Amino acid sequence: MSNFNRRDFLKLSGGAAALASGLGFSSFAIGGAKKKVVVVGGGIGGATAAKYIRMADASIEVTVIEPNANYHTCFMSNEVLGGERSIDSIRFGYAGLQAHGVNVVQDSVTAIDANARTVTTAGGKSFSYDRCIVSPGVDFRYEAIEGYDSTVAESIPHAWKAGPQTVTLRKQLEAMKDGGTVVITSPPNPFRCPPGPYERASLIAHYLKQHKPKSKVIILDAKGSFAKQGLFIAGWEKHYGYNSDNAMIEWHGTPDGSKDNVLQSVDAKSRTAKTEFNTISADVLNVIPAQKAGKIAFIAGLTNDSGWCPVDLKTFESTIHKNIHVIGDSAVQSPMPKSGYAANSEAKVCAAAVVALLNEMATPQPSYVNTCYSVIAPGDAISVAAVYDYGEVMDKEGKPTGKMGIRSVKGAGGLTPGYADTTMDMRAREELYAHSWFKNITHDVFG
Amino acid sequence: MIYKKRLQGILIAGSVAIATPVFADTPSAAMLSNTCAGCHGTNGNSHGPATPTIAGISSEYFIEAMQQYKSGERPATIMGRIAKGYSEEEIKLMAGYFATQKMVRAAQEIDSSMAKKGMKMHEKYCEKCHEDGGRSSEDDAGILAGQWMPYLHYTMSDFLDGKREMPKKMKKKVEELQAKGGGDAVDALIQFYGSQK
Repeated sequence: MSNFNRRDFLKLSGGAAALASGLGFSSFAIGGAKKKVVVVGGGIGGATAAKYIRMADASIEVTVIEPNANYHTCFMSNEVLGGERSIDSIRFGYAGLQAHGVNVVQDSVTAIDANARTVTTAGGKSFSYDRCIVSPGVDFRYEAIEGYDSTVAESIPHAWKAGPQTVTLRKQLEAMKDGGTVVITSPPNPFRCPPGPYERASLIAHYLKQHKPKSKVIILDAKGSFAKQGLFIAGWEKHYGYNSDNAMIEWHGTPDGSKDNVLQSVDAKSRTAKTEFNTISADVLNVIPAQKAGKIAFIAGLTNDSGWCPVDLKTFESTIHKNIHVIGDSAVQSPMPKSGYAANSEAKVCAAAVVALLNEMATPQPSYVNTCYSVIAPGDAISVAAVYDYGEVMDKEGKPTGKMGIRSVKGAGGLTPGYADTTMDMRAREELYAHSWFKNITHDVFG
Repeated sequence: MIYKKRLQGILIAGSVAIATPVFADTPSAAMLSNTCAGCHGTNGNSHGPATPTIAGISSEYFIEAMQQYKSGERPATIMGRIAKGYSEEEIKLMAGYFATQKMVRAAQEIDSSMAKKGMKMHEKYCEKCHEDGGRSSEDDAGILAGQWMPYLHYTMSDFLDGKREMPKKMKKKVEELQAKGGGDAVDALIQFYGSQK
């Protein structure tokens, strides 16, 4: 066959249709090379996008590049800290993605060349793409806290990316004496999982109440208010004596315009957290630093002055670099929060847009959703939900802005009712639905 | 709103229109339905333990459920808040999507002696409307066979506590079931449906 080139073959075999119908020369591809998508990051956003592209169009070659062999979900990791769940139950591998025909490469991306459309890795590999999807999650602004960095974080964990630090923090809680103080420092907005620090305080308090009832949890918060605040505080009053002499949870906020409880420095030796207003030596110190887009987003020049990545919210294509899409926590996706479910939803919108673009079709009209469950105590869970559409964004007075974006559908969504307007049976149902959400979303992402 | 009326006309006339977007502002059926997967599983097949599978349910049942969630007629933890986010047109598109998905029946731990009793209860009191052992998705009946049991428990307790109104025929049969079937009749029924493959 040495003199028999592709053009001759196509002529003889009656053209592209015959080629496509099972002659086995799949590497020839029709109408040029096979379309290639490279996904940077195998977290909730990246894994969902990879799977949904393959489900919609199996002719597209999809490669996910992820440094870790497994992914630990940040959601439900607070149940690991509270002792209600094992670390194994939040660990997921990539066999499911591979079964969808996704090429999974365990490596770290070191550069993305938007002009050459290539991704390079620490392992010295280079991958070319037609479209690249960047989903690196968050990185931490260690520089904002004196005495705290990624090395100190191994002994004074943030545990804001689940995995080894979740286990370390759990062990520290187990080793703590009764009567000890746990300090959680909560970051300024925007950050991953807005209700997360308060669910964490709740589930740690639940553990302490059972095993070390003289202990308490102190939250030093860089904000003046927080997600689901009314529901959390009512829950803390009900379960943990909040606002009483025997309070197991204390919350110290930072009123707007002040810096009262913004974490300034950490002394690792004495586990002391210092704010303008408070200096507290903790038995267990959990520092959740301020956040920014994942490192590769900065390296690839996808971020703006805010430290996050601006995108077209219909396709999640970067407004800085063409052919690169950014989804999940790293993207500017307001009014959607930086949550796992939001990343999953954005990934599906992005996947549909990428499939359309690669097939030279109009990008589809998006629909997005988010639900965040928080467990206050076993048998008592709450949620916030929203449905979003895409269209012209209105300003605060309801006047059109001329800008297109994500809009929270009016009249929909909102919070679980307070105790006075619901029953504990409904709160227990929310907990079982939270666990159902966990099972289903993890299958939707990794299965 | 001429467009809206025309769309409803098309949708009532036949399901052909469901597959293609009718106008640019309405997302496709797949786009809308993908938002459900986080809780109800990819393509509506739930991995449990409580969220129901919605793959394979009839359009009629889906639309009625969403309307009842929207109005508050059907009690809910979160579905009332979610359902209000979708227009009538969008609900119809999603209904069409899930009606064509194949239901995978849940694998659950079953009390077989209860399931046996439940089978008798089903045949006597339920089969007339929930045909084929609760597998039917022909009309406004939800699929019961292979559905997640905690969900069936929630549903039945809402009916029995009067938080949700039963259709007249169902009310009569459930009253008979409770009077003659013994205290565990409803639990037995749920075990039977949960055991169905």
